[in-house]
Amino acid sequence: METTVNTAIHARPHVSATPAEPVVSFENVGLRYGIGPEVLEDVSFSLAPGSFHFLVGPSGAGKSSLLKLMYLALKPTRGLISLFGRDIATTPRRALPALRRRVGVVFQEYRLLNHLSAFDNVALPLRVARAGREEVRRHVTELLRWVGLQDHMHARPSTLSGGQQQRVAIARAVIARPRLLLADEPTGNIDDRMAFRLMHLFEELNRLGTTVVVATHNEALVTGMGHPVLRLDGGRADGGYNAARLLQPGDEAALAPVAGNRADGN
Amino acid sequence: MFDRRTDLQVGTDALGGFLPWLIALMVFLATLAILGSSALHQVAARWDQGAGATLTVQVPSGTNSAEDDRRVAAAIIKLETIHGIVAVYPVTDEAVSRLLSPWLGSMVDSPALPLPRLIDVTLSNDSDTSAYAVQSALATSLPGVVVDDHRIWLAHVVSMIRTAEALAFVILGMIIIACAVTVIFTTRTGLAVHHEAIAVMHLIGAQESYIARQFSHRALVLGLKGGVLGTVMALPVLLVSHLLGEQLPEGMLPEVVFDPWWWPLLAAPPLVAAFIATVTARLTVMRTLGRML
Repeated sequence: METTVNTAIHARPHVSATPAEPVVSFENVGLRYGIGPEVLEDVSFSLAPGSFHFLVGPSGAGKSSLLKLMYLALKPTRGLISLFGRDIATTPRRALPALRRRVGVVFQEYRLLNHLSAFDNVALPLRVARAGREEVRRHVTELLRWVGLQDHMHARPSTLSGGQQQRVAIARAVIARPRLLLADEPTGNIDDRMAFRLMHLFEELNRLGTTVVVATHNEALVTGMGHPVLRLDGGRADGGYNAARLLQPGDEAALAPVAGNRADGN
Repeated sequence: MFDRRTDLQVGTDALGGFLPWLIALMVFLATLAILGSSALHQVAARWDQGAGATLTVQVPSGTNSAEDDRRVAAAIIKLETIHGIVAVYPVTDEAVSRLLSPWLGSMVDSPALPLPRLIDVTLSNDSDTSAYAVQSALATSLPGVVVDDHRIWLAHVVSMIRTAEALAFVILGMIIIACAVTVIFTTRTGLAVHHEAIAVMHLIGAQESYIARQFSHRALVLGLKGGVLGTVMALPVLLVSHLLGEQLPEGMLPEVVFDPWWWPLLAAPPLVAAFIATVTARLTVMRTLGRML
């Protein structure tokens, strides 16, 4: 699958003559934790509205860090990040919550609030956005039914299985119809049948205009779904760095116009 | 505004357990400080107003009562001629005994204790007549007469009471600071306990004010609860103080009257404590969240 995808990262879908403004754009972004080595180095890419990408790479390559930068949990050490056309570095803090509400996130470790029921966890993004009580009830009930948790609406996360918790986390991420959906290993604890079912939910959102990025190790999912792949490759070919770069499989040169430097680091 | 549903379980942490009791203790102390200072203010005002422009003339008593009466009458006649004196009247022996009985007990009526005859002199408000001038005027015809100027010792007493009042306000200020610091630390504890939940809410786009409101509402409820508790704790102490005051012999201290405006004064500490708790909790949360991206 990877070898057959040879499009630029921001190539799908281009329906108008003028290119749409990227939902996410990274330019020469670097990230290090504290005084440690850079975990991301010179990452440059942009995601077109309505695109669907898998983010793959070996463990420790920086997939989660990259997603954290995208959902504004971290600031880059250097470089430029734009979200929905706004430069994050110059966007005032008070405007960031509104940007975050347009991003749905499925966290790798779910991060459900254990003192709230499944219903209240899923309802959280709507309540934060000041949705009406009836609207919250209707949408949350419908979505929990869709992910097969209609009988566990009032259960606390601690009483749910890993797979059920994951479905609650996914429901929470998509309930507010985000414009950008980021999922970090969203199918790690569920069987393949449910994994494909949830991926089809993501595809449904994608068809409605949501840009989707799914970080996964699930090769079957990646090959079965047929979406472009972003590969985050840790280190240079000579192994001299532990830094990461975002590569387009089979066409490393495709990054050059966006990144302004070669993907191999030269 | 009073939606009881919260996304954070702030009611079950240290904030909910200790804050009402800490606030109750502070409100208890603040109530005593405020009402104590008000009572002192009233006492000082009475003393200031009642004895500020008076002198007392002491005519030493001898063995002959008729002679004492004559000397007192002569002193009164002389005093009435002095410029600046608006009233002169002799203090009866019964009144002297009543005034001294709290201090001397049954000894006051002992013939072995010679009590001077007293004359109360009222000066006009703009009078600059001094005790020394009055004594000089009396000394020629009535040797041995002593004139007490209340203004001198009263100025010291009133000054001392004003200092005590000021100290009460300093204590009140320290209580307010302690209340704010307590709320800051308990709120920070709450923030630490709920750090994960707050981080998740932050990442899904909750405004800082949305998160802060959950803490400040809780602090308001806990502050009011603690405030009312503290006021209830202070009431018996105030009642006992009032009863003890009533048991004091008449004249020992000016009577302290419970003014109607003391009621709002009594209601103020719990309301102020709840307000401080609410505002402090909100500012603490906003400041802490401000450090996040």
